[in-house]
Amino acid sequence: MTNITELKEICPQIRRDILRMVHANNSGHPGGSLGCTEFLTALYFEIMNHNTNFSMDGIEEDLFFLSNGHISPLWYSVLARSGYFDVSELSTFRKLNSRLQGHPATHDNLPGIRMASGSLGQGLSVAIGAAQSKKLNNDNGTIFTLLGDGELQEGQNWEAIMYASANKVDNLIATIDYNKKQIDGSLDDVLPMGDIAKKFRAFDWEVMEETNGNNLEAIISCLNNAKDLSAKGKPVVIILHTEMGNGVDYMMGTHAWHGSAPNDEQLADALSQNPETLGDY
Amino acid sequence: MELKDTRSGFGAGLTALGRKNPNVVALCADLIGSLKMNEFKNENPERFFQVGIAEANMIGIAAGMTIGGKIPFTGTFANFSTSRVYDQIRQSVAYSEKNVKICASHAGVTLGEDGATHQVLEDVGMMKMLPNMVVINPCDYNQTKAATIAIADYVGPVYLRFGRPKVPNFTPTDQNFEIGKAVHMQEGTDVTIFATGHLVWEALEAAKTLAEEGISAEVINIHTIKPLDSKAILSAVSKTKCVVTAEEHMLNGGLGDSVAQLLSRNNPTPIEMVGVDDSFGESGTPMQLLEKYGLDAKAIITATKKAVARK
Repeated sequence: MTNITELKEICPQIRRDILRMVHANNSGHPGGSLGCTEFLTALYFEIMNHNTNFSMDGIEEDLFFLSNGHISPLWYSVLARSGYFDVSELSTFRKLNSRLQGHPATHDNLPGIRMASGSLGQGLSVAIGAAQSKKLNNDNGTIFTLLGDGELQEGQNWEAIMYASANKVDNLIATIDYNKKQIDGSLDDVLPMGDIAKKFRAFDWEVMEETNGNNLEAIISCLNNAKDLSAKGKPVVIILHTEMGNGVDYMMGTHAWHGSAPNDEQLADALSQNPETLGDY
Repeated sequence: MELKDTRSGFGAGLTALGRKNPNVVALCADLIGSLKMNEFKNENPERFFQVGIAEANMIGIAAGMTIGGKIPFTGTFANFSTSRVYDQIRQSVAYSEKNVKICASHAGVTLGEDGATHQVLEDVGMMKMLPNMVVINPCDYNQTKAATIAIADYVGPVYLRFGRPKVPNFTPTDQNFEIGKAVHMQEGTDVTIFATGHLVWEALEAAKTLAEEGISAEVINIHTIKPLDSKAILSAVSKTKCVVTAEEHMLNGGLGDSVAQLLSRNNPTPIEMVGVDDSFGESGTPMQLLEKYGLDAKAIITATKKAVARK
């Protein structure tokens, strides 16, 4: 159990990592990464039972699958800060010969990554497979996965959502990053999603909604409740209301920073809002 | 000659695997009977997963199941095993280097009456272009059974292609299947016919007729299109000096394509190709379609004479 104060100190450092990684290449996806910083911090530093001495099979561990692979800077920072690999490697993000590919890949054996993602819509199916593999192995670990809200426009998700409840995949906790934004604008501008919670309920999932998706205490409490609801015959989904670009004032309230990097001045401004706590890479 | 479908060879192989390897699991997208997966399902209900008509989800689940040590075999028609789910295979299986066996029935025109929507002729090309993917197209029931059993011991993604119709079962029972190792079916000195899948039998029939006409044709079964047995191909060609390829697949992207590339780089040789020339299939009986699309023994004989004349 990590102290909540310590967790709160980790978040600005992770935001600094994300901003510096994206700035250094003038490419990457800061908006969604910043929006899910508290969620992934809670998951890796508080909720999941996981071993930083990485093994692909992760027997008896809780496993995480990132379906919206473009928020890789966040995942890489959380993995490094958790101890999966040295934080100095974050400086290689998106560079030639790096293990930190633009989107997550297993190809170069980066510890912590079990599946490539980036082409959207595939992560939930993979998570279901890993969950069923755990059941076959009588392994009590839980599978966590994160999906973008816009990503739910991919049809494969609905195949997976239908399958998971029909097959009682109840060792699975999926989270939807509900920031209501995608590349071309708001969800409502691009393709209105309607009531996502209602849709999941109609597919017979256990549905939780957390409106404070950037509040660590709220997220931890929500994830703990989700764990209590698991192993009861239904998959669990959390609709997590987040703010894209959270923690950097000028990146919030817009979809503009989905896939754009800050320039030097913007970086300095963003970093000044997120003090160094654990030491920059 | 006993007639048996290659898909039943797959079913028998899967049943054998179910009995000997507890890590083997099977997934099917609403085609259990067509893929002959009934026996595996009945004997191992806890290791069988019916996913419904949702092939993309099936590939993703299979990829996920490898984490924890399972060896998933997915089963559906070749068209729905490849073109329908190409990106899922590309990212979640091939790029992620997952130990998934994609088992594809009803490949090619010999699917028959269902017509072109179901007769995939591009699958070998699509699958062989994916890095890390092994592509296997066995020739008869016995070889399909042996290949099914063999791929469980290979760690990595495999595409196993087989078909619907009952065809001659002419290779030995309980044979040893070696991935990537071409099989000499018949010796010959004037020309080498490299055939794969259902067309190995047609090539052997062609070779009989050719022998009567004084042409000695060597027939080699290339059951593994990737990795290609370059050594066997180059060695045969250095002796016979002309080549015919035969496959129930589009010329673009198929076995002939791979052999031509190998030869043009290493030992330019006259080559004729039997395959479908940039066309979709249509409804008909398997034999009618093999004839109409130039995939039968007769077409192989014509191609062989042309190849020999070009020496």
